[in-house]
Amino acid sequence: MGSQLITAVVVVLGVPAALIAYIWGSERLISLAPERWRPRLRPWLWIGPALAFLGFFLVYPTIRTIIRSLYGKSELKPKFVGLDNFRWFFTNSDARGALLNNVVWLLFLTLFTVGLGLLIAVLVDRVRYEAWAKSIIFLPLAISMVAAGVIWKFMYDYKPPGVAQTGTLNAAIGTVGLGPIGWLQSPAFRVSTFALIAIMVWMWTGFAMVIISAALKGIDPELLEAARVDGANEWQVFRKVTFPLLGPTLAVVSTTMIITSLKTFDIVYTLTNGNYDTDVIANLMVKQMFTFGDFGRASAVAVVLLLAIVPIMAFNIRQFRAQESVR
Amino acid sequence: MTIVAVPEAPSAAQPAARPPVRPRRKLVLHLAVVALMIIWVTPTLGLLVSSFRPQSVLSQSGWWTAFAPPYQFTLENYQGVLEQSGIGQAFINSLFIAIPATIIPLFVAAFAAYAFSWMEFWGRDVLFVVVVGLLVVPLQTTLIPVLKAFADWGLTGQFLAVWLAHTGYGLPFAVYLLRNFMGSLPRSVFESASLDGANHVVSFFRIAVPMSVPAFAALAIFQFLFVWNDLLVALIYIGLANSDNLPMTAAMANLVNSLGGGWYLLGAAAFLSMILPLAVFFGLQRYFVRGIVGGAVKG
Repeated sequence: MGSQLITAVVVVLGVPAALIAYIWGSERLISLAPERWRPRLRPWLWIGPALAFLGFFLVYPTIRTIIRSLYGKSELKPKFVGLDNFRWFFTNSDARGALLNNVVWLLFLTLFTVGLGLLIAVLVDRVRYEAWAKSIIFLPLAISMVAAGVIWKFMYDYKPPGVAQTGTLNAAIGTVGLGPIGWLQSPAFRVSTFALIAIMVWMWTGFAMVIISAALKGIDPELLEAARVDGANEWQVFRKVTFPLLGPTLAVVSTTMIITSLKTFDIVYTLTNGNYDTDVIANLMVKQMFTFGDFGRASAVAVVLLLAIVPIMAFNIRQFRAQESVR
Repeated sequence: MTIVAVPEAPSAAQPAARPPVRPRRKLVLHLAVVALMIIWVTPTLGLLVSSFRPQSVLSQSGWWTAFAPPYQFTLENYQGVLEQSGIGQAFINSLFIAIPATIIPLFVAAFAAYAFSWMEFWGRDVLFVVVVGLLVVPLQTTLIPVLKAFADWGLTGQFLAVWLAHTGYGLPFAVYLLRNFMGSLPRSVFESASLDGANHVVSFFRIAVPMSVPAFAALAIFQFLFVWNDLLVALIYIGLANSDNLPMTAAMANLVNSLGGGWYLLGAAAFLSMILPLAVFFGLQRYFVRGIVGGAVKG
């Protein structure tokens, strides 16, 4: 541990020092070059470290993974198998189940977080204790999904009928004579998947709320007042004025939620590990890697995930371009 | 008997004019908001209470019974977590991982963001669009090749592996956020500095960095929480090779999976792991929110 501490201190102080020295040094180096070359060389030295990291950790491995997905299981002498891994993915019932679950995640997590976030943002806009209410709703976003999983494991706890229920939910529905339900052990009607989605809704509604609320405050109050003077009631003001103005914000929040639902991993890994029909793509991939040691199939799963995200990437880039042209 | 006129608080004291609400609806509104607050706080409160209840009663009765006599509370769970389950070491590991993995990308991103904002070069706009594209690349697509490279270099299981990996994964957002902020600083400041003979290094350290402190704060909080709360990266690059170096999240996930019934440790472990995020959250919420809003609305 002592040596760990020394390493950490060296890294925390040494790495920034080295990076600052790098920038100073590169400026010195550039001053040796002919004058007209300097403005061309300098930017590349400044973005060089970032490009190296992005290249090594994102661009290169993504390309490697796409290539690897066309090769077989064995890591020592990978054999070219064409699209076999993808054929497996789209015909294997476990893999298709995981894909279907991700679709359920995508639809319901996005719908609930954006819907609830909008509702809460509009509601708390009208009360004095807005800051308090927002803090409470927003708080779960700061903790890890593993901690959230533990918190909800206690909420969902199941004891056989006849014994005192210690899980909050089963005790609550018990007071009106229902249950108990094994929330995390029920494949029927995808109860367990919805139970997991509920945890993420609890975590991410605050995210949607904070962003929508910021956009709400940005709407010119005179616009709303004008509508009211014209005789519109609150609901009409919301539907005809507020909601359309929030459109772009809702789109951006939705894309974030879609990506979050496609990448869902921690909650599933921690609470069910994909049992009871709750598996998702990201967990399936880790299973293929470590449980089955099949890097070809694991790569194919990752490529499917990437393909699902490509439309969002295109959408983001278009948004960004439109913004830049306004700048 | 004199009547002292209490002056009405000036309406300007209110932060913003709130939309009008009819009195009868007001009750419904308050009920709805308070109900939502209660729903949101209950899960966390339940675990917090449970983490202070003795092991013997945890599986016998719900946490809400703790508010009725006999009041049975204990610190044993926290003691147990720190002594037995290796969670104490995992807490330290989390710190070892999160602090460098926050500092390194901040510096690397700052240089790049400055160049993207205030230098002209061939391919600049195309490169930045690539950064925007990389924002959403799922890190799952990178796991296998990076793991293989780390294994070849003997880095798996080491803190260095996750420091580097988190730097790479955090950079698109860091560069994006900082560039948006630095790029919106007034051009005239940089021009007059340049006329005074300041080179880029000087204007970076004297102007760009001091003026971007709010963006750095938001980004540091964001990256710190992301790394502190991460499970996947630690699991893949450290997990198999050296479980002694695992952070809190992975240690807790193991605890959930292996003990099943080790409830009394889980609650305490979860709260230990939440101390830092919650402190950051309550202390620096303004910056945190700003980072999220700034990053998402523009994305």
